Amino acid sequence: MNGAQPLLEVRGAGHAYGDRYGCRDVDLDLWPGEVLAVVGESGSGKSTLLGALSQRLSLTEGSVRYQTADGRVVNLAELSEAAVRRLWRTEWGFVHQNPADGLRMHVSAGGNVGEPLMAIGWRHYGRIRAAAAEWLERVEIPVDRIDDAPVTFSVGMRQRLQIARNLVVSPRLVFMDEPTSGLDVSVQARLLDLIRSLVTELGLAVIIVTHDLGVARLISHRTLVMRDGGVIESGLTDRVLDDPQAAYTQLLVSSILQG
Amino acid sequence: MNQPILAVRGVDKTFTMHLQGGQRLPVLHELAFEVHAGECVALGGASGAGKSSVLKMVYGNYAVNRGSILLRGRDGAVDIAAAGPRQVLAARRDTMGYVSQFLHCVPRVGALQIVAEPLIERGVPAAEARERAAKLLTRLAIPDRLWHLPPATFSGGEQQRVNIARGFIPGLPLLLLDEPTASLDARNRDVVLELIREKRASGTAILGIFHDVAVRGVVADRVVDVEMFAATAVAVA
Repeated sequence: MNGAQPLLEVRGAGHAYGDRYGCRDVDLDLWPGEVLAVVGESGSGKSTLLGALSQRLSLTEGSVRYQTADGRVVNLAELSEAAVRRLWRTEWGFVHQNPADGLRMHVSAGGNVGEPLMAIGWRHYGRIRAAAAEWLERVEIPVDRIDDAPVTFSVGMRQRLQIARNLVVSPRLVFMDEPTSGLDVSVQARLLDLIRSLVTELGLAVIIVTHDLGVARLISHRTLVMRDGGVIESGLTDRVLDDPQAAYTQLLVSSILQG
Repeated sequence: MNQPILAVRGVDKTFTMHLQGGQRLPVLHELAFEVHAGECVALGGASGAGKSSVLKMVYGNYAVNRGSILLRGRDGAVDIAAAGPRQVLAARRDTMGYVSQFLHCVPRVGALQIVAEPLIERGVPAAEARERAAKLLTRLAIPDRLWHLPPATFSGGEQQRVNIARGFIPGLPLLLLDEPTASLDARNRDVVLELIREKRASGTAILGIFHDVAVRGVVADRVVDVEMFAATAVAVA
């Protein structure tokens, strides 16, 4: 958690679908190495916020400023499409809830991990394959599955492959949209633990959208609680979950099943 | 006299239960005390008086309604009552540690690694960190056959000792202890008391809850009775 400058500086951000706002008036700073959880029920606007921050949805109002790897602070809305695509290739990642949305399901696992490297100019087949094999190992996929397509993988393996595909280019900022929700509980625990250790090891900044407060507690430093498109409460994750101030946060916390 | 490591001044804590029609539950009013380096202060008072809430407010885990909690670290003081999340995280890394009654188990991480982690996170080389963790676990009578197993399956006492090892290992200026000997047998309790005395002797400021009167008598220099700062139920905002 170093750096004198936030990686992402969000002020008054909002996105409207027609005349209805999906999220509005969102302020936040994200620092290098920091994991921010955005929690709320479905329809709270958390995925819209993620879309607007990651430029997948347009910003209707407000601003998102990002500090690039070479130290410039850019206003994302003013970047050209080519510049945004370059960020996606080199500095950003996006982990979808459904791995099929982030993978090429009929391309081999090695191809899925190697492709982002080729997109940034890697040409040597042996090196690409070696890097892909290394990443499969890091996400606990047996290396002898390198030539198999993810369509033959279990959902948990697909999700781990999607993470490898995102992290292979050493991004600085990764957006995650409910990355563990389609999984069985035991598979979920393994994936969370994997995300937690990779994030710490690589010093990634992460914005993770989840409806699961347990996920927020396990991997995030800070939590933002959303409802009806607005931020209800935010702060240190353990403070928000152990001493929730807003009525809605208290309702969310009290709805957790005690296990 | 030297500046205190921890200075709590004029702190109020009220819980507002929105799910019970916004019922307000005032717990503490005008709480004030200090803890100096090398001093062990025990929080006293009946169960429900708010002792754990005091530790949690100091750690930044509970919000504070009013007042200040000045924590003096190596790079100056921070008011935890008003600090932002990053400042609280920095204070937890550099200035204060918290040993709760229960270990929050992280799935799939072994006991030795759990204890070594706080050192590794603070820049100690991994091999040295694991060596120091092993020494501490040995002292706390955790057999080495358990070191590489995740503590989720350990007994309550073993988990508590792993938790104590993890909390004691980094050597921070302030240590917050919530019933550190609650589920320990006499032998292990004595080891923990010895660890507390060593910390105190090396200049660590300690703020703790010790229900066991004998334990408290041995380790605490003085007692702050939290009931003296009880907020009355009729208190109005």
